[in-house]
Amino acid sequence: MMILITYDVSLENEGGERRLRHIAKHCLDYGIRVQYSVFECEVTPAQWVELKDKLLNTYDKETDSLRFYQLGSKWKHRVEHYGAKRAIDMFRDILII
Amino acid sequence: MRKLQNTLYITTQGSYLHKERETLVVEQDRKKVAQLPVHSIGHIFCFGNVLVSPFLMGFCGENNVNLAFFTETGRYLGRLQGRQSGNVLLRRAQYRISEQNPIPIARNIIAAKIQSAKRVLQRRLRNHGEHEEVQAAVMALNFSLQQLKRAENLDLIRGIEGDAAARYFGVFQHLLAEKNGFGFDGRNRRPPRDGVNALLSFLYSILGKDISGALQGVGLDPQVGFLHADRPGRDSLAQDLLEEFRAWWVDRMVLSLINRGQIKPQDFVTEVGGAVNMKPEARRLLFQSLQAKKQEKIVHPFLQEEVEIGLLPYIQAMLLARHLRGDLAEYPPFLMR
Repeated sequence: MMILITYDVSLENEGGERRLRHIAKHCLDYGIRVQYSVFECEVTPAQWVELKDKLLNTYDKETDSLRFYQLGSKWKHRVEHYGAKRAIDMFRDILII
Repeated sequence: MRKLQNTLYITTQGSYLHKERETLVVEQDRKKVAQLPVHSIGHIFCFGNVLVSPFLMGFCGENNVNLAFFTETGRYLGRLQGRQSGNVLLRRAQYRISEQNPIPIARNIIAAKIQSAKRVLQRRLRNHGEHEEVQAAVMALNFSLQQLKRAENLDLIRGIEGDAAARYFGVFQHLLAEKNGFGFDGRNRRPPRDGVNALLSFLYSILGKDISGALQGVGLDPQVGFLHADRPGRDSLAQDLLEEFRAWWVDRMVLSLINRGQIKPQDFVTEVGGAVNMKPEARRLLFQSLQAKKQEKIVHPFLQEEVEIGLLPYIQAMLLARHLRGDLAEYPPFLMR
């Protein structure tokens, strides 16, 4: 299933930069960065439990926000992209480098 | 059902692959050009001068990613094998049947191979009208199938197969649209001496590695085959399963690439000594077509389930394992109607 993850991490209080970095890294482990704080992660239900757990253990619920959008398995019809930096579809695009 | 993972082809010379947390990073000229989570990758095929960090190699082994190395022109060099998975009892059953009773499986596989070759020829007759020689080859293949039913030893099966292959490739040039300028005068390899042979060999080789990986994935030993004799370094079982896919998958793909004019005679260079190689752009196109093909969906004739073509090696490996375990009375080879 495809999950869209977006976040806002406050840099005001201590450890903000560290949390921001860690959240991005966790997301990268499972998906593709589509915009600065936006990731598309295509994961199995088990992987999603892992990832969500990691994210919820990293963020600060007083200052940061996380949003998860479940796009299911037929996500392709629900996503349109215009403009620069088209994100790759990690399972289907032809990866010749 | 297992998810069809992507295949990463590294063809840019001097690329460097390494691991970063759970992701795979490709660098060129010290710049990150790609970063992918490893769970989306099933195979990494490296062509020519590609560096892979030892950590990444270990990581591939751990995650059952099939990491294989080829020369820049596509000759297979080697592959990293991860932990031997699956069940030792399954492998013992494989060895036992391979030694004591390989004929039923070998016969099923060759029957499927000849049938699908026949269908490639019949398709030509259907689409482009009658052709005497092709018609004769179809008859010959029918005869081979009849003979196969009565074949009770491996050498006989191999003989029938060789005979059928010769008849099939004997008319293969008639399947190529003449205007596109490709000639074909029988199968040759090591090295291939014309463009068509180069395309065939290249794709057979790549698909063979896919199959090896799939066999290991279900816990079978890719080296112990039923039809192909054991030989050091040869993945005989992978070669066995490849037989089912040659005509239906690779040959048809090569025919359509040529007949649609996507690949042209200018895409090849002849080396000193007569070996014919593809130019890099042509190889790129080939990977693209292969990847596109893998994503096409078909209804698997035995499972009656919609699957991606790229998963077929895994499905056949799984069906073979089921047969060896005794859950299926016969091994159902892959054959599209």
